[in-house]
Amino acid sequence: MIKVSGLTKDYGARRAIHNLNFDAQQGEIVGFLGPNGAGKTTTMRILTGYMPPSDGEAIVAGYDVVEDSLEVRKRVGYLPETVPLYTDMVVFDYLKYMGELRQIPNVEDRVDEVLDMVGLSDRAQGYIGNLSKGMRQRVGLAQALLHRPEVLILDEPTIGLDPNQVVEVRELIREIGKEKTVLLSTHLLHEAQNLCDRVLIINKGKIVAEDTTENLQARLLGAERVIVKVRGDGDGLAETIKEVKGVRKIETLEDGVVEFEFASGKDLRPEVAKQVIKSGYDLLELRPLGMSLEEIFIELTSGDSKKK
Amino acid sequence: MNNIWTIAKREYDNYFNSPLAYVVMLAILLPLGIYFTLILLFSSQNAYFGGGAAPDTLQINWLFVFLMVFLAPAITMRLISDEARIGTLELMLTAPVKDFEFVAGKWLGALMFVLSTAVVTLIFPIVLNNFVSPGLDWMKVLSSYIGLILVSSAMLALGVGISAIFNNQFAAFFVTLGLFFFLWFFVNMPVNLLPTGGEILNYLSLSYHFSQNINQGNMTLAGIVYYLSLTALGLFIGTTAIEIRRWR
Repeated sequence: MIKVSGLTKDYGARRAIHNLNFDAQQGEIVGFLGPNGAGKTTTMRILTGYMPPSDGEAIVAGYDVVEDSLEVRKRVGYLPETVPLYTDMVVFDYLKYMGELRQIPNVEDRVDEVLDMVGLSDRAQGYIGNLSKGMRQRVGLAQALLHRPEVLILDEPTIGLDPNQVVEVRELIREIGKEKTVLLSTHLLHEAQNLCDRVLIINKGKIVAEDTTENLQARLLGAERVIVKVRGDGDGLAETIKEVKGVRKIETLEDGVVEFEFASGKDLRPEVAKQVIKSGYDLLELRPLGMSLEEIFIELTSGDSKKK
Repeated sequence: MNNIWTIAKREYDNYFNSPLAYVVMLAILLPLGIYFTLILLFSSQNAYFGGGAAPDTLQINWLFVFLMVFLAPAITMRLISDEARIGTLELMLTAPVKDFEFVAGKWLGALMFVLSTAVVTLIFPIVLNNFVSPGLDWMKVLSSYIGLILVSSAMLALGVGISAIFNNQFAAFFVTLGLFFFLWFFVNMPVNLLPTGGEILNYLSLSYHFSQNINQGNMTLAGIVYYLSLTALGLFIGTTAIEIRRWR
């Protein structure tokens, strides 16, 4: 559905994105993560036919974004980061106007449908200028969904929404992502973690990592961390666990709580559990400690630090 | 083509959402109304004393077009520049709308607004027709209105084209106004200074074809071609400016 190869964009002397390669399939939600100025918006603007790349190729919904820009634009729903709207228009009229530009049949019925989807039916006759930030965001989303696009490109879709709305919008995106291709950019790493099937991490115009969030964690960590908790103060617990072969980096966090690490691949948890129980401790908890996407993100995008 | 009409319709409706439209209409219709009243007064005085030609409304249409030199830049200044400023241009440029359709839609919306104002001025020839014998030369009136539409079309297209270049509507306003001043007042100035051959500059003048020919009932091909060419040029500038925005 989206296939990007060698995509490069220069703004004058500044290279905004450099040789990007990635793809996204139908029924997949792909998260686009990166610090400000990493090239997320530039990439999205190229994919939506807003501007051509300096080099490389992007195929969206089967069409080249440069050669068949209009065909691409017919099939893509786009929510720009700033959610530009005609503030002097009524919500319903605005969506009807955008629908007419996309030649949607029975446009008024469709507008009602989409307004219902984003929960704005009761504000249909209000001026966009009088809406809150969150509501405007939903108007923008309604605009992007209007023509039942095959590909949905959302630049920071939940920014400015209150927590309830965030949940609703994420639910909506998840629903859409079952059938369509969704590419969304976000600063919120937990959002990417619980919404996206796959994450692209982009920094300084280059993709620095691309994988599922689980695989990213495993790959970066190269090791798995586990927390063990026993009843009481757990005297000698660290030493007991140390006896299991393969365990490394043991640390006592507090009384009765120990963290250890072992190399990815061979799960040592059963052995550790047996050892702890055999030594007479009351085992309360044995919990794997994943690396959060936050940590991965900082790891990949900060300065020159390399993968561990 | 549907898109041009959709955009034009929204733009037309949008004019009446802002005070600018009413200010522009007032700025055109009030002077025209006063002028018409004066024409009636002086003509009736002349007629009383038994002299003077029968009045017509051509002078009124000339004044309309002259006022457009100042008002067309105000009508077109925000059309595209403001979309760039508030970001909705991004929305338009990612919708399945050709750049030309977008520019042409803006121009058509502005032209429709000016035509609505022009329709109001039809009251003047209709009223005057009752006071002169044997009535007005309606072919002349028609020619005058066609001229008015042609000049307005050219001015608005140039205005839209310039609006597409800027992100600031006042920059667009002053550049457009400057261009119209040049084309209206200055481009054919050397005609009187040069010994021969200067007449060709008349052809470049925004006012010449209208004032000297079309508004006098003389529909010259040169005039029609000139105004249509300027319209095309304006739309071309606008479309190119949008394309350049994409590449920047």
